[in-house]
Amino acid sequence: MSKNLTTRTVVIVVVILICIFGVIGFPKSKADLIDNLRSNIRLGLDLKGGSHMVMEVQVEDAAKGDAQQTLEQLQREATKQNLAWASADVNEPQSVNDVDKVTLTIRGVPADKSSAFRDLVTATCPTYALTALNTTDYSLKLKPSDLEDLKRETVQRAIDTISNRINDLGVAESSVQQYGQSGSVYQILIQLPGVDDTAHARQIIGTTAVLSIVGVDKTHDTFFTSREDALAKLGGIIPLGETLAKMKPRPGQQGDEWYLVGKTPVITGKDIRSARPGQDDVRKWQTSFTLSQDGGKRFGRYTGDHVNDKLAVILDNSIVSVATINERIEDSGRIMGLSSEEEAVDLGRYLRSGSLPARVTPLFENSVGPSLGADSIHQGILSGVAGLLAVVTVMLLYYKRSGVNAVLALALNTVILLAAISYFHAALTLPGIAGVILTIGMAVDSNVLIFERIREELRTGKGVLAAVDTGFNKAWWTIVDTHVTTVVSCAFLFLFGEGPVRGFAVTLTIGLIANVFTAVFVSRVIFDYELSRQRRLETLSI
Amino acid sequence: MELFKNTNYDFLGKKWPFIIASLVLTVAGFTSIALKGGLKYGIDFKEGTLMQVKFAYPPPDDKIRAAMLNAVKSEVSVQDLHGSGAENMVEIGTEAKGAAESQLDTNRREMEGVLAATFGQPGSGKLDLNGASRDTLQQRLRDPLARAGVPMSDQQLKDLAGNILDVRDKQHSGLITDFNQLSSVSGINAGIMNTLRQECYLAPYHVQGTHMVGPKVGAELRVKAVKATLYALAGMLAYIAFRFEWIYGLGAVIACFHDTLITIGLFSLFNKEISMTVIAALLTLVGYSMNDTIVIFDRIRENLKFSRREPLEVVMNRAVNQTLSRTIMTSGLTFLTVIALFIWGGPVLHGFSFALVCGIIVGTYSSVFVASPIVLFWHNYTDKPRKSSPAVTGGSAPRGSMPPAESVRKSPTRAAK
Repeated sequence: MSKNLTTRTVVIVVVILICIFGVIGFPKSKADLIDNLRSNIRLGLDLKGGSHMVMEVQVEDAAKGDAQQTLEQLQREATKQNLAWASADVNEPQSVNDVDKVTLTIRGVPADKSSAFRDLVTATCPTYALTALNTTDYSLKLKPSDLEDLKRETVQRAIDTISNRINDLGVAESSVQQYGQSGSVYQILIQLPGVDDTAHARQIIGTTAVLSIVGVDKTHDTFFTSREDALAKLGGIIPLGETLAKMKPRPGQQGDEWYLVGKTPVITGKDIRSARPGQDDVRKWQTSFTLSQDGGKRFGRYTGDHVNDKLAVILDNSIVSVATINERIEDSGRIMGLSSEEEAVDLGRYLRSGSLPARVTPLFENSVGPSLGADSIHQGILSGVAGLLAVVTVMLLYYKRSGVNAVLALALNTVILLAAISYFHAALTLPGIAGVILTIGMAVDSNVLIFERIREELRTGKGVLAAVDTGFNKAWWTIVDTHVTTVVSCAFLFLFGEGPVRGFAVTLTIGLIANVFTAVFVSRVIFDYELSRQRRLETLSI
Repeated sequence: MELFKNTNYDFLGKKWPFIIASLVLTVAGFTSIALKGGLKYGIDFKEGTLMQVKFAYPPPDDKIRAAMLNAVKSEVSVQDLHGSGAENMVEIGTEAKGAAESQLDTNRREMEGVLAATFGQPGSGKLDLNGASRDTLQQRLRDPLARAGVPMSDQQLKDLAGNILDVRDKQHSGLITDFNQLSSVSGINAGIMNTLRQECYLAPYHVQGTHMVGPKVGAELRVKAVKATLYALAGMLAYIAFRFEWIYGLGAVIACFHDTLITIGLFSLFNKEISMTVIAALLTLVGYSMNDTIVIFDRIRENLKFSRREPLEVVMNRAVNQTLSRTIMTSGLTFLTVIALFIWGGPVLHGFSFALVCGIIVGTYSSVFVASPIVLFWHNYTDKPRKSSPAVTGGSAPRGSMPPAESVRKSPTRAAK
């Protein structure tokens, strides 16, 4: 028996060592200890602070944009063939669910040109299906498989762009992924652990960042104070190919500033290869950018032809900067007059990551500051310690020396639980800490089951050895049953729950599995050890 | 010390008072839910925007409400948070049934703006240290520090900002009331302190968390919660039906269902909120109540093997009495840990621990006074002509009961070595 006992004791000691190593490594000092603890036990979003967002990609924007581009293409090709129609438009989708209803309608195609028209459509936009509404009107919609492709690509590009921007923010362990909920595959889940400025993060993620650099009207190149003021000064008509745009409000600005700018951009975000924030000689913030070859040539031609005219940089329909062209610029430029370092840095981020293919709107957000997390940890530890002390006291009073047995098993259980959390890189959340505390209560249950059984067997007059044996054996199946049912419960919690609740399900499950080991195997070994040391097996302190 | 030695209470004989009490509680719960127009949803399920704000003094709820009324379109509610660790904390929120997500986003921005305007110093041009992030603090301090003759490299500045915010968040719950509280920041000196006082001010509040649940996600989360509960119950029913007779499984599940309903009713009666962590607590307590029931059923099954001629009620009573000691001990100990959570666990776990406190009490008595009587009623009903306990005979023998009994015979030899 002693050989068996030794093997089992060795197994337990090895397990203890592996677990302790998993939790605190080989610390050489107290600071080391805390560091190791912190890096081994990963804290969930609710304890560390951070943000958890679900966003919806408005794919209908992309569908509408595609339809509009197709319309422009058709119009260009049609002009070449001397084909014309009365009117054309793209309908306005109201929500994501309308993405399948985006339709391009062309009215008034001369009846004798209908076959030429059909050929034109097939040649120019093969991904669209043409339906005749009557002899002169037609509607075009994306073919189903092409629409699916468009939706998928839009969501993927949105994910990629947002990922780039977030990585640029430098949030460690951040993640952006598709979030398929019932009914919608257009949702993205963004997790930013430890981010402390959620407002800024929201802005970075949500800004579509469509950039265009346009020319400012030569004759009216100073700003107007309002739309009405502009119309008055222009004689009520906005020149063809131009539009009014408003300057983004800056601190210290008196009133609004509106400019008359060209509609067609000289440079768009797609032409920009890279961007960097910096300061100019008078320490004002600016963002420098470099252009692609193609864009560079176009920019060179434009700036060469328009020296001394002004350019406006527009980001998402607001003018960010207006500057005069001093000389021909080929491949790079600077956006100047930005109001702060943050604006310059963010603009650089948008230019580098590119614009989002569609708007993203927030559907759900859970943001916790690090202060709430720190408070929660204090509270969790406090209640854990209190609960543990209460349980230990009662066990010792009620079961005497065997109580010590239970307390040791309990201690080992907690250590194994922490080690498992560390090895599996599971995140410890506040409900997870509650799970640890609950495991203490439930682990004790197994011991109570066994001890009560042993007491009963002793009362029937069985000898100590037999009583211990029977106690363990009879309690075994009950322990299995009770643990399996709670684990089943946790499995469903894991499937249907989010972050913090999943942490709870994981910690409770690990705790229960560890408990089967400690309450049965380890407790048994301790009992056997104690019994093997007694010379006469008459009594058992229980 | 040993309580409950050889007790012989007639539990099943006295089942009626408890069954009636259960019915009363259940009805009371439902009435409360009906009268209050449904359950009170917490953060995860309530559609709307929510902010948790900590103030440096007892928060002036009325003042906040009045300020919000003018600026925010949707109705704003202001509520104090309870529980240890929630001193001077309020929850400010808009509830928006059916509002579009964009409206919720606007609401949140408006609420933040109102707080800044009412309690902050927006006109001073200074940075609010209690609301600053690492980046904004860094950017704000760079030039002034250089001008004050305390030049720092980018990395040093980054570390300094990080240290300041660490002290703010970990030692003062995110709210600094006096600049002197920062004297413990490593790397700080008089020059830096002066610059801080110059460039920053200390607003009397700190936003600890913001939550926004749009209607789409809110609905999905609610559905998931219900599914989780129902599937878990079904899973357990399947497992118990496999280990015992099906009627035992049904009895256990009805008992658990009863526990869940009463706990939810109590939530409504005491005006507590139901969040996802509360659902976690409910599922835990379902598992826990199942445990209790299984222990008793296990005993009943074991006793039935040896007492074929005694009425089922007698056998059940004996089983309950035999397991009484264990039941009280376990419930008591688990209750102790849960009470510790309730008292010291803080506001976030408040709903969770409340659910468990109620649930453990209800779950313990339901195993004896709900689950067992159901099995008893069924067997009495189906076996009226016979007086003896039917569960052991013929094909209705509890499945899975044989192996453990057999294995008991084998192991004694191992221990005797």
